[in-house]
Parts: sequence; structure tokens; C-alpha cells
Amino acid sequence: MRDVATTPAAPREISTARVTVITPAPRWPHFDLRELWHFRELLGTLVWRDVSVRYKQTSIGIAWALLQPLLMTIVFTLVFGKFANFNSKGVPYPIFSYSANLAWFYFASAVTLSSVSLVSNRALVTKVYFPRVLLPLASVSVPLVDLFFASSILVGMWFWFGVWPNAAILLAPAFLALALVTALGVGLFLSAVSVRYRDVPYAFPFLLSSWMFVSGVIQPIREFPEYAQWVLAFNPMTAVIDGFQWAVIGTAPPDFAKTMVSVGSTAIFFVVGLWFFRRSEPRFADTI
Amino acid sequence: MASAITVEGLSKRYRIGELQSAYGTLRDSLATSVRRMARREHKPHYEEIWALRDVSFHVQEGEVLGFVGRNGAGKSTLLKILTRITTPTEGRATIRGHVGSLLEVGTGFHPELTGRENVFLNGSVLGMKRREIAGKFDEIVEFAGVEQFIDTPVKRYSSGMSVRLAFAVAAHLEPDILLVDEVLAVGDAEFQRRCLGRMEDLSQSGRTVVFVSHQMQAVSQLCDRAAQLDKGKIVNEGPAGEVVARYLQSVGGAGSERFWTLEDAPGDELVRLRSVRVVLEDGELADAVDVRRPVGIEVGFTVLSDLVIPVFPKIKVLDRQGDVAFNAMDTSERWHEPANPGEYVSTAWIPGNLLNEGLVTVDVGICSFGGVKLHPHAGMRDAVSFHVQDPGKGDSARGDFRGQWRGVVRPLLEWTTKER
Repeated sequence: MRDVATTPAAPREISTARVTVITPAPRWPHFDLRELWHFRELLGTLVWRDVSVRYKQTSIGIAWALLQPLLMTIVFTLVFGKFANFNSKGVPYPIFSYSANLAWFYFASAVTLSSVSLVSNRALVTKVYFPRVLLPLASVSVPLVDLFFASSILVGMWFWFGVWPNAAILLAPAFLALALVTALGVGLFLSAVSVRYRDVPYAFPFLLSSWMFVSGVIQPIREFPEYAQWVLAFNPMTAVIDGFQWAVIGTAPPDFAKTMVSVGSTAIFFVVGLWFFRRSEPRFADTI
Repeated sequence: MASAITVEGLSKRYRIGELQSAYGTLRDSLATSVRRMARREHKPHYEEIWALRDVSFHVQEGEVLGFVGRNGAGKSTLLKILTRITTPTEGRATIRGHVGSLLEVGTGFHPELTGRENVFLNGSVLGMKRREIAGKFDEIVEFAGVEQFIDTPVKRYSSGMSVRLAFAVAAHLEPDILLVDEVLAVGDAEFQRRCLGRMEDLSQSGRTVVFVSHQMQAVSQLCDRAAQLDKGKIVNEGPAGEVVARYLQSVGGAGSERFWTLEDAPGDELVRLRSVRVVLEDGELADAVDVRRPVGIEVGFTVLSDLVIPVFPKIKVLDRQGDVAFNAMDTSERWHEPANPGEYVSTAWIPGNLLNEGLVTVDVGICSFGGVKLHPHAGMRDAVSFHVQDPGKGDSARGDFRGQWRGVVRPLLEWTTKER
């Protein structure tokens, strides 16, 4: 919406000097960061709403955030660690699996929540104006809270298994940011598609479980042949999982070149998702 | 004064079907495209409708503009564009100042959250800053009257309570421009009165208000100017009272003036009804009448031949629901004798402070006594209609009250009080 500009006010007369020009949606959407900044408080409120509802609605509350990755880790440990005896980067399989599951569960929830964020906030979309990007953006932030609580188990595992992170732990947020931006790109795209096609969300579980198998959650990507590793580098989650494990359980550092491929791939996910979203945005309220 | 809203050539086109639900399933869409490809068909041809077509208007700063019109006339689409919920197909709107909207109260209320949490959520969705909400919190809760339940999840509220809380939040918005759509339909009379009062406060403090409503009474009372939308176009614009009156006529009122030539005048071989007009004290024709002023029903008729029995003019006044407010006939001496042939004009004066607000319809007849019944010689049902309005100056029977005032009539009674 190129021409829907919110011109900042002259000092003092902030509200009355604001001029909004409403015109038809332009063919090529652009992105208004200043407007997004103006609505930053609403973003905070949306995140807060989703977090408090999430922890109010489930009777076991926080425990749910811990149980999901924990149960998955137990199953993986039994099936892949014990019976299939998969390689686990030289650390005990449970801590390998749990650290991967932490990042993966964050990503999977972020994609799922953001993909339905428009449809599930129909009342807001049809009744008030705000940059719609806020909805998927809030949705990818919400599961960070789950991640925070679930990390406590990882801390326990450090002590239990005697596996300690090194200075690379400072880079953990960077890898999570990579997961966030990827999830946002996917979420932007899928949320806009879901407004138009209501059967699309049914495909998400399938999409995500397939994605998990090629992200190095169950066994390290390094087990694959070199050419496959290069192909898989286009999946940003391979870099996220590999890098996050390096950061939080001190496994070998990820390959720099492949990580850069993933970063580039994330940028493409994000730009395409955002472009598609902005392009569909003018019709959301009419279609949803 | 500066113009707060300038709208130029605004149009909005929908494809037919889009208004209900444009979404489908990907499966269906794929299936249709495959079928189309197989049959080498072209893209389907959509029918299009213009929900708004070339609408232009200005709203001055501090002005209250009302929009009236039937369902589907484009009122809501217009507000949706002005609030930027949807984009126009053509045209341009320029808005000066911070916009607040009440498109539907309770937007974003979440049942699991408490009243307190919802106040913050809703306030921030409506564009208030958290600091601002915190500052007005007590006022909001008091306005809604839900002090006791403020920490209870909203899902346990009665529907009346949550609507009151939602409106209270919205009512405490302090935008430069307020866009309102049909909020007055909620709540009891007392609550409606508070809502109207709040809107009036806002407009009196210099806020610009654009108000869309089906309640003509509220429009004519609150708005300075009004515009009527019909099929996406502005068909009438002007002072609120006049626009409302003309709109009411267009949706079923008869008009304030009727004339007949002698040939097609209703009546028998003795008497013909020639004209009926709604007039003010000064003889001016009137569509809309101040509730406090008298209004005259002027009946013109022709007596064709020498009569053997007396005839007299009579009116029947009906309210909007079609209930008879009263009947009245001219009982003066003049009509005790048969009238001479000729033209007559009689005016029945309905006193001020008698009729209630709303559309009033008048049946007119020239009658004679026919045994147990009146015999109409010349008559016309729904001959004329006019709109009674209360400008709300405090000196009508309703006093300073602004809410709904029920009843077919609204007499201003004399009250006496003694202290015992």
C-alpha cells in the first residue's frame, strides 16, 4: 500500500497533523516500516494475549510446553538412539535429541500458529485496521515463551549428562532468529493462502513432519553424503538445528559455507513470503 | 475550518459472490482449473457490482455527518474504506487526524481473558496506548458498571455486561475523527442514553464524527449534516433533518404534499378531494416538524353540487407502526349545514408537544354522518406524511433525556407538586 502513508506529525500536534491518504492498492506492494513501528504496542499486546490465553486454556499450563519436546525425545531416544543406534554427534542421544527438538518445536509451532493467524483472528481483520503483518509476527513470537520454559530441561540435562556448552552459546539467539525469520516467511505465505483456501491448514501437519525428517532432528545431517548436505543446506532448518546444537551442547561447529547457503535461503523464504502477503493483503478483509 | 475528511470519487467493486464468502478450498479450485483446461475453457466470467460508485464528500473539522440508506446502499463499505479495513477500487480519501472507529463493539474481546485484561486488549486494538488505557481504566470500568466482575473471565459475563464493557472502552477513545456504525442498537435504554451522550460530548469537544445508523431519530438529533446513499451513490445531501425526512419518504412516506385535478380527484359526485399539504404556522410546506411546534394538515376539496346533507373534513393520524394516534374532524358550526358548491380549504392544527417523534402518516376524508358510521365521500389513505423531530433542547416532554421515548403521543403535561 504505497500511498497509505502515515506522515509523522509536527511536534506537539501529533494527532491532528496526521494525514492519511487512502487510495487503491498498488500493484507492487512496498513495506512501511515506520507504520509498523507506530503499531509496536499492539504487537506486544497480541503476543501477550496469545501467551496468556495459551497458558490459561491448557489445564497443565507450562507443563505442556515441557512435555511435548520431552515426550518426543523419549520416543526418539528409544527408537533411534537405542534400537537403530543412530549417531548423535558424540553426545548422549537424549541430549542430542532434546536440543534438536527444542529448536524444532519452536519452529513447528511458529509455522503452525502464524499460518492460521489471519483466519483465527477474523474478527480483528474484518473490524479494525492495523498492519496485518502483526498477526503472523506475533504468532512466531509466542512459542518463544514455550521455548524458554522448555530450556529448563536442557539445563537439567547439562548436569545429568555432564555435557556443557562453550562460548558458542552466545550464538544460540542468532540461530533461533534464523528459525524465526524462516517461520515468519513460511507463515506469511501460508497465512495469506489460508485466507483464500480453507483446506490448506489441513496440510500443515504433513508438511511439517516431512520437513522434520530433512532437518537433522533425528540424526545429524553430517551423516548424509556431501552432495546431499549441500542440497539440504537450502533447508534453513538444517543450519538452525546444527548451529543450535553447537551453541547449546557444544557439538562440532557447523560448516560456514553451508550455513551461509541456509541464511540466503531464509532470506528468500522471507522476501517471497512477505511479498506474497503484502500483495494479498488488500483483499483479506473482503475474502476472509 | 479545515476539512477533516475529503473523499473524491471513491468506488469499490466486488465480484458477485465475494460479498458472502470468496474463500473456497484449494481442492475445488484445482479441480475446476483442471476441468477447464481439459475442456479448453477460458477463465470464468465474474459478475461485478459496485458497492460504492464515485462517492465524493467533505467533512469539516468538528462536524457530525450522518449516513442514511437502506441495507446494501454502501454505508458499511464506505466506513470500511475510511477505516482502511478494505481498500477502494478507485478514488481517494484524505483524512486529517487520528481516526478511531466503532465498527463493532467488542472487537477482539477474548472470552478466556478477564474484564481487566480485555480492557487493555480491546483498547490497544482500537489504537489506544497502554498508558492512555491505564489512565482511563477506572473511568471505563465505572462507565460499564462492572466493577465487581473486573477480574472475572469475560466468558462468565452476561451478554449485556460484555457489551457494556466493550462500549465503555470504545467510548473512551479520544480520536480526532470518530467513525461509528450502528453502535446504538445495543444495550438498554439507559445505556443507549449514555452512549448518545458520550457521542455528543465528543462532537461538542470539536471531534469530527461520521455516523452510520438505521436510527433516524439518532441521526437527525446528533448530526449536523447527513447524506443518503442509494446503490453506492450519494443521492441526497444536506441538513440532517431534511435528508432524514426525505429518506423516510423514499422508503415509504407519502410526501408532504398531494394535488389532484378535478378529473382524477378521489371522491364521489358530490365532493372531491383536491389537495392535502403539511404546513407550518407560517404556511410553509414541511417534511420535518419540530416536536414542539404545531403542524397543520391543509385539506383542499371541491363541493360539486348542492348538498342535501352536511359534510365535513376529517383526518386520521397514524404513527410509524400504523397505529392510530387519533381521529379529528372539523366540528365548527359552518359544517352543520350543507355547504354551497365551491372550493374549500380547511386546515387542522395539530398542537405542538402532542405527537411523538418519528414518521407520521395522515389519512384524509370528507365525510358525512351515515347512521352509525361516518360515510366518506372523498378520502385518501396515507395522503401525506411528515417526520416529527425532537431537536433535544430540553424543553420538550423528554426534557434533557436523550434516549428512546416510547408512546404514540408525547404530550407536555403540566405537573403540580405539593410538599406535605
